[in-house]
Amino acid sequence: MQGWRGFRKSYFVYSFLRDPMAIGSFLCLAILVMVSFGAPLIAPHDPYDSSTIDIMDSEMPPLWLDQSDARFLLGTDSQGRDMLSTMLYGMRVSILIGLGAVALQALMGIFVGLVAGYRGGRFDAFLMRLADVQLSFSTYMVAIFFGALFQAAFGMGRYEQLAVPLLVIIIGFAEWPQYARTVRASVLAEKKKEYVEAARVIGLSPGRIMWRHILPNTLTPVLVISTVQVANAIMSEAALSFIGLGMPVTRPSLGSLIKAGFDYIFSGSWWITLFPGVALVVLILSINLLGDWLRDFLNPKLYKA
Amino acid sequence: MDRQPLLSVRDLEIRFRMRHGDLTAVNRVSFDLARGDRLGIVGESGAGKSVTGFGILNLVSKPGYIAGGHLLFEGRELTALPEEELRQIRGNRISMIFQDPMMTLNPVLTVGTQMVETILAHRAVSRAEATAIALDRIRKVAIPSPQKRLQQYPHEFSGGMRQRIVIAIALLNSPALIIADEPTSALDVTIQADILALLLGLCQSEKMGLILITHDLAVVSQVAERIAVMYAGTIVEIGPTAQVAGNPQHPYTRGLLGALPQRVPRGGRLNQIPGLMPTLTRVPEGCPFSNRCTLCEEVCRRRVPPLAPKAAGCLAACHLLD
Amino acid sequence: MFAFFIRRVTQAVFVMLVISLIGFTIKQSVGDPLREITGISVSAAERDALREKLGLNDPFLLQWGRFLARALQGDLGNSFYFKRPALQVILSKAPATLELVFATSLLVVLLSIPIGIYAAVRPRAWLARFFMGVSIVGVSIPVFLTAILLIYVFSVGLGWLPSFGRGELVTLFPGWQSGYFTSDGLKHLILPSIALSSIMLPLFIRLIRAEMKEVLETDYIKYARAKGLKPGRVLLVHGFKNTLLPVITVGGVQLGTLIAFTILTETVFQWQGMGAMFIEAVDRADTSLIVAYLVFVGALFVTVNTVVDLVYGLVNPMIRIAGRK
Repeated sequence: MQGWRGFRKSYFVYSFLRDPMAIGSFLCLAILVMVSFGAPLIAPHDPYDSSTIDIMDSEMPPLWLDQSDARFLLGTDSQGRDMLSTMLYGMRVSILIGLGAVALQALMGIFVGLVAGYRGGRFDAFLMRLADVQLSFSTYMVAIFFGALFQAAFGMGRYEQLAVPLLVIIIGFAEWPQYARTVRASVLAEKKKEYVEAARVIGLSPGRIMWRHILPNTLTPVLVISTVQVANAIMSEAALSFIGLGMPVTRPSLGSLIKAGFDYIFSGSWWITLFPGVALVVLILSINLLGDWLRDFLNPKLYKA
Repeated sequence: MDRQPLLSVRDLEIRFRMRHGDLTAVNRVSFDLARGDRLGIVGESGAGKSVTGFGILNLVSKPGYIAGGHLLFEGRELTALPEEELRQIRGNRISMIFQDPMMTLNPVLTVGTQMVETILAHRAVSRAEATAIALDRIRKVAIPSPQKRLQQYPHEFSGGMRQRIVIAIALLNSPALIIADEPTSALDVTIQADILALLLGLCQSEKMGLILITHDLAVVSQVAERIAVMYAGTIVEIGPTAQVAGNPQHPYTRGLLGALPQRVPRGGRLNQIPGLMPTLTRVPEGCPFSNRCTLCEEVCRRRVPPLAPKAAGCLAACHLLD
Repeated sequence: MFAFFIRRVTQAVFVMLVISLIGFTIKQSVGDPLREITGISVSAAERDALREKLGLNDPFLLQWGRFLARALQGDLGNSFYFKRPALQVILSKAPATLELVFATSLLVVLLSIPIGIYAAVRPRAWLARFFMGVSIVGVSIPVFLTAILLIYVFSVGLGWLPSFGRGELVTLFPGWQSGYFTSDGLKHLILPSIALSSIMLPLFIRLIRAEMKEVLETDYIKYARAKGLKPGRVLLVHGFKNTLLPVITVGGVQLGTLIAFTILTETVFQWQGMGAMFIEAVDRADTSLIVAYLVFVGALFVTVNTVVDLVYGLVNPMIRIAGRK
């Protein structure tokens, strides 16, 4: 069965439609992604345009409370920016960084895992030690250190300018060991199989064997951890922004918004922190639920990290 | 002297609950076992022999369950006993030996712990007494330096010795019956004979009954007095070893024995039974062997043949043997 | 076992060397060592002379060697902001972090084990499903958000618990101010440790449940039941001991995450520990302190991980005693 029709009738779709959790989280995620990427079109205001922001509008509550303003559905933050718009743009940044970081770490990790697993020997031992040590420091710690370093090296101003690519690099570097180890485990399993032996006997170069033959068979576990890694990347970015090593307050992500709003819960403006917080949790939760379902679908026994 | 058999299995039925309905793994299996009797249950993988063995002690893994039948052991109906009373029979009156001792002995506990706990679970004795019993059993299975062994971990033993320890554990509470599920399949061929001889000797000296479950006809011939042949969840033939191995009645048993390489003259083609044993979802109506039997007739396809006495003290389930 | 020990310790030393190298490199390239010592109004000539005198123009490896030697004696440079040796600053803040980490670990261990075992043994019970459901939500809420929510509900809303600081402290011995011994101190400990455990707890519950489930499927558990052992013994002695092994391994790795999260939690609760100190150092570009923190935490990780590995080696008889095939 080919293409779209094959997919529609596949067990994947069948199993998916049977599971309300999977459908629910997928829909949720789809909506969040669409609204945030459609921010330039949907958002009632442009939070980056300082000319439209009036400090007199600051700390206005959401629509259903007193003293609210119909222009600002979810209220405004301490600088007078519309919460809803800022959140939409912020979510977009968070998702972009998450995806970018995962792409980078996948690239790095898959490459390292393939080569280490296929070559074996001391090369493999060394790389895996490296991965293990980095993992023992935990990805958050590594990300925080890299962030601190880059900020000290570049200085705050430049760091803020380059925030998005820097964050992608930081989080990408912090998390590659996961991919490397997963791919390496797969490669080791595949290496023993006969088709690899056959390919070698025919005289194919190691590169070709790794790329064309082994790699496609290692993609299932990669897919399984990818969803969780995206959620982790988004969490990492939020954490970094919260401690000031992430997106600046002028172009905030959800994490920076939460940070900015934290000081104000004592003075009563709870919405500045709560709404971005809820949005962040819903985003991460739906990715995690979807990831759980995907992992169970693809076979629970094989993938214990 | 009571003539009641030690174990009487009647119409035992074990099913597995699956998403689309239940599958019958053991279909009305019946046999008796007298005190000190040694019965071998042979069959291919998937024939239901292990499930039968586990079923006797109600240890079939979920989603399996006992759907019907009677298990009369020492006068008690096992299927009607509450779990706590069954627990007291396990490892006590009926012991089991599994296939791979490396997988069945807990790697993080010493052998001594695993032996003493089995005794303490069933008898009110002191630890010192339990240790003495354990040492005695280790000696019975011909393992040297028993004292040292108690402190060791399973991975410190060789494969053959591990299985001896498992046999020793089975002997701890002087059971009336041992159920051995493929006890030698995980061992080197050279050691198999030793273990089997040990098992045979112990059953004779301790007057224990034995149910030996295996796929290996050679193994079963060495140890068992009677053989039951299982196919697709039913017993197709049961009788004294000499008869079943020497002059089988049922077409399947004949096929099995004919397939032994030893039976074929040098350079000749090996005999094969055409086709494969059906999976549980595809058992044919009527006789389960009907779709592979060279003698199959209409009646075979329509009616399930009962297990009935045929020639020479054997029972066989075949319409065509009268 | 001995070989195992030697290997792990050698590896630890090697990692520490690498960390010190990274730390030193940072120190060299970022920030100006002279700033710590001199003021602004020092002439260029005096600066150059000072540079020469301090050996700042010497080859890289030599300087690293000196750095290493000093570090081994406990000298990790001076904090630019505090005008005190960096290590001293860190050690003065360490007790606060350690008390928080200890309280959190206690919470996690005491709760995750029974809940994890229960969820593995009775997977369909509504209570088990409830815990698993809460777990996955817990894992999806970033630690700092949980902290903020806790503050909002329990401090601002209900006013039951304080929202910042450590409260009343008691000096146990010079250098260690403890909050464990006053009710005020303990009250201040509650919210931060709950916040910190909010991610670790679900993680461990899921881990223990998964491992326990796998263990319960094994042949040796079936065999233990076939021997007629009491179900309690089968579960706890045979089952749990085997679950412990992978949990120790993964648990050790989680330490890193825990330390990272203390940084976030301390920031929210203004808990004057090492984490908050680190963030302040970043804000102030106090390079010496940042590097000192890096090296200190690095040493902590390596030590704890090595200890965990050794404990694992002791607990797992297959490593402790070489086996036969």
